[in-house]
Amino acid sequence: MKPAPFAYARPTDLAAAVEALAGSTNAKVLAGGQSLVPLLSMRLAAPALLVDINRLPGLDHVTSDASGVRVGALARHAAVLADEEAHRVQPLLAMALANVAHATIRNRGTTVGSLVHADAAAEMPVVLALLGGSVDVVGPGGRRTVAGDALFLGPLESSLAHDEIAVEAFFPALAEGSGVAFREVARRHGDYALCGVAVLVRLEDRRIVEARAGYLSVSDLPTVVDLAPALAGGGPEVPSDRALEAAGELALAALDPQGDIHATAAYRAQLVRVLTGRTLRAAYDDARRRTEQP
Amino acid sequence: MTTRMFGERIARVEDDRFLRGAGRYVDDLGADALHAAVLRSPHAHARIVDIDVSAVLDVDGVHAVFTYDDLQGPMAEPLPLLIPHPALTHGRTQYALAKDEVNHVGEAIAFVVADDRYVAEDAVDKIVVTYEFLPPVVGLAAARAAERLVHDDVPGNVAARLEQHVGDAPAAIAAAPHRLSLDLDIERSASTPMEGRGTLARWDTDSGRMQVWTSTQTSTGVRAAVAAKLGLDLGHVDVITPDVGGGFGVKIVHPWPEELLVPLAARALGQPVKFIEDRREHFISSAHERAQVQHVEVGFDDDGRLLGLDVAFWHDNGAYTPYGLIVPIITSTQLLGPYKPHNYRVTFESLYTNTVIVTPYRGAGRPQGVYAMERTMDAIAAYLGKDRADVRAVNFIQPDEFPFDHHLTFQDGRPLVYDSGDYPQLLDKLKALIGWDDFETVRAEAAAQGRRLGLGLACYVEGTGVGPYEGAHIHVETSGKVKVATGLTTQGQGHQTAFAQIVADELGVPFESVEVVTGDTRRMPYAVGTFASRAAVMSGSAIHLAARKVKEKALRIAADALEASVDDLEIVDGSVRVKGAPDSSIALGTVAVLSNPLRYAFDEASGAATQFSVGDPGKPPVAEGEEPGLEGKDFYSPERSTFAAGMHAVIVEIDPDTAEIEILRYAVVHDCGNLINPMIVQGQIHGGVAQGVGGALYERMEYDENGQLLNASFMDFLMPYVTEVPDGIEIDHLETPSPLNPLGLKGAGEAGVIPSAAVFASAIEDAERLDPGNLAVTAMPISPSQLFDLREHHRRGHPVVEEARQRRLETSAQHRKDPS
Repeated sequence: MKPAPFAYARPTDLAAAVEALAGSTNAKVLAGGQSLVPLLSMRLAAPALLVDINRLPGLDHVTSDASGVRVGALARHAAVLADEEAHRVQPLLAMALANVAHATIRNRGTTVGSLVHADAAAEMPVVLALLGGSVDVVGPGGRRTVAGDALFLGPLESSLAHDEIAVEAFFPALAEGSGVAFREVARRHGDYALCGVAVLVRLEDRRIVEARAGYLSVSDLPTVVDLAPALAGGGPEVPSDRALEAAGELALAALDPQGDIHATAAYRAQLVRVLTGRTLRAAYDDARRRTEQP
Repeated sequence: MTTRMFGERIARVEDDRFLRGAGRYVDDLGADALHAAVLRSPHAHARIVDIDVSAVLDVDGVHAVFTYDDLQGPMAEPLPLLIPHPALTHGRTQYALAKDEVNHVGEAIAFVVADDRYVAEDAVDKIVVTYEFLPPVVGLAAARAAERLVHDDVPGNVAARLEQHVGDAPAAIAAAPHRLSLDLDIERSASTPMEGRGTLARWDTDSGRMQVWTSTQTSTGVRAAVAAKLGLDLGHVDVITPDVGGGFGVKIVHPWPEELLVPLAARALGQPVKFIEDRREHFISSAHERAQVQHVEVGFDDDGRLLGLDVAFWHDNGAYTPYGLIVPIITSTQLLGPYKPHNYRVTFESLYTNTVIVTPYRGAGRPQGVYAMERTMDAIAAYLGKDRADVRAVNFIQPDEFPFDHHLTFQDGRPLVYDSGDYPQLLDKLKALIGWDDFETVRAEAAAQGRRLGLGLACYVEGTGVGPYEGAHIHVETSGKVKVATGLTTQGQGHQTAFAQIVADELGVPFESVEVVTGDTRRMPYAVGTFASRAAVMSGSAIHLAARKVKEKALRIAADALEASVDDLEIVDGSVRVKGAPDSSIALGTVAVLSNPLRYAFDEASGAATQFSVGDPGKPPVAEGEEPGLEGKDFYSPERSTFAAGMHAVIVEIDPDTAEIEILRYAVVHDCGNLINPMIVQGQIHGGVAQGVGGALYERMEYDENGQLLNASFMDFLMPYVTEVPDGIEIDHLETPSPLNPLGLKGAGEAGVIPSAAVFASAIEDAERLDPGNLAVTAMPISPSQLFDLREHHRRGHPVVEEARQRRLETSAQHRKDPS
């Protein structure tokens, strides 16, 4: 469990980092290293060059305004989780981050790194996709913005070019009348979820008019499903058990849960059903609380 | 006045060092050593056609590469079969480096020594092995089917078949008013200590001496193996066990290939060499345990009293059998627990598979046996509609029936005779502790809130303190410091504390003046090892006896000096004094000076012992029958094991929708005889329960059909975190002393883990008994996914228990054909 030989660069400005990446077709960016370093040690990844971005200036920010939360590439999960302003602007961030591994990993791992690692079992890619956020990347051609739904191409595959560095993520603010919730079932506290669900709802006159759910650990990609059709037809203020069940079935129709050594496909499907209903209900309660006690 | 230390909650003296990072483990030693890495088989079953190491020698920093062809003499022979048994007719062990065949993923093929581990792993990647693939045998079903063989010359994959019986179980069952049969499964887990295996060796070219530091549970065993395999005189080999970061059984296996290859390479290269196992290696190349398939038939009366018990089980021993039949023998005998079966027959087959070897892991076959028996007790209670505790109680061996002879042979080759115990009182304590009689109220209150609760219990008896012996050497230095050496090793049990408590009491010295060394063959070359909950019983007793000898000698010498009778003397706070006249005293350090008549003085104290200062010129300076020095050595060798016991209860809450299992309360009552240090025993129980939670709810070895271990990392092998272990483990003790040793001790090391699979199966089944109804938990460990699938299976019209019971009875005759 020792890495194969690799070259190591630790540039102190962004241009030099991009240049270093561009100079090699087999380079990896090292930020928090919480996913990459184990892969190196198990020799499942053997890049020729590691470009350590930890000395790049001005990338460890967590800034919030009315539009949303901006998270720099070197902001650790723990910093985002502890940021009260970010929590106020978009509460789903902290709800999800509390489920990201353990405190020691959150102290080192970066939120942006987790996004571009593009693991469908991770919490933050789903949050970005559900909220319609984006990631800013810098490459030899300059800076561009990649929409959340265009970031994830496949398992552990992002749409970044090999010479691009993600520098900032943007998570839109929670809109008025909206509520969010996050639930996951994992084998142990802090493990990758067997199934996780993030829900965003918007109410009008105490009734749900928009409802979307993001799913992690169910498909190869972070997947967002529109649950509104299951809740259509107005109905009572509080979503009925039947409506919640219908939402779960609707989600399941859009997903194709697979089995693995920790959960059969049937069990994962059950978790989609159960967690969809529970999270949707929690998001509804969250929205009610926010609108009634602003 | 010295307070008695035995029985006190003394804080562990070793913890200051451990908690400050000042522990010294193998990898902390030998900063100048070369590093080894091992090429391991990527295939579960293959013939080795060719090994090409030519590319390795070009790697900068590589010093040597060894394959089987480089091994000579005893090193070229298979590794020892440590514990032969007449029933082990087809025992097989591996070679230190694979000869022509590999039989599991992870088997060692080549050994590379390089400047550092990085280079060594680079070099391993460059070795090219040509394999001819053989079909692998994975799992007990494939082993029993025997359509493929692990070893060509082992028919049916059967390493051993053993039957023991007392009375006539089949006849008793046939005549019984009620009969049941059960088919049970239990999966593999592993010791997974925090520190893996590790060995450092230094060869002294000038003196021809080999020094080996290894993370083992038996330094004397490794010493004998290294000497024999490397052709060295025993006296030229020292094995030293530094701090060990956990063993749990896996490190009693010896010699591991690397424990021989490291000293071999150190001698060949004339440089110190070190091997430190990494986590993946530990999963695929050390040892696992637990996997069995069991078939139980039982006959009983209207009260649930056992009339006949007939058990057949199939034990997966992995690719080789270096540790003999210890695990299945323990299962077959300890299955009986605190009960009287009246008529008992047990038959097992130990079967080869192309997987990692199976050797004792904390509990060592007992968790499987307890699982079989306790599942049976629950099934009887369900069948009769009786309270599960009551069914157990009618079967208990009673306090006035000890010593109780089961008329079977235990793992040590000696009669299975329980020395002492009080099982009815243990059950009373457990019921009081968990609130057994009030649980239906608790359950109903929870159910009113939509919560699903279940209560389980399980009982066990554990043979501890197996022989053959341990010894101790105690030396009182002239400073008054007391140096204690015992040969068995320490893996975190707190021996330095518990053993010092024994010495402090017996010798009458301050606890702080006692220093204990374990597992160093230079200090105590006669020893067995640390396993089977035996350290306190064996070394504790030996230390007590050795301390008594030192005390007797100190009193003899002091009697002369104080001109008093030995009978009038006592040792208090490190001084020998005349009873009732405390001013007339002499420090033990001074007694040590007097015990060793000197020619040369080098300080004031030794000056007092020189030839013109002491002694009767008319007598030899060292009296006849005496030896110089205030020392004592003694050994303890019991006629048989001592039997500890315990009972656990757990309350679980299970999510009706997601099948997630949460532990609400966990209670343990425990009887390990007299307690040396209740805090250490409590810690052992806590750790055992944590490990048991892992074994019952989280851990399994996920082999695919090709024999690849799919979860060989701590990401996918789910050892419970602190968040998965119950917050408060409620403990109550009973102390029925063992009559077999001077301190009345029984072992405590494995207790916490033994009934886990049984107690969780009991609780989960209890929680699920109404919805979907009659759900039987027959396979452990169990995950939420498996429990959910089990529920669905039952909801889809799986036959209810009565029908299933009838069906099993009808087919049971067929089951009996194998292996009896």
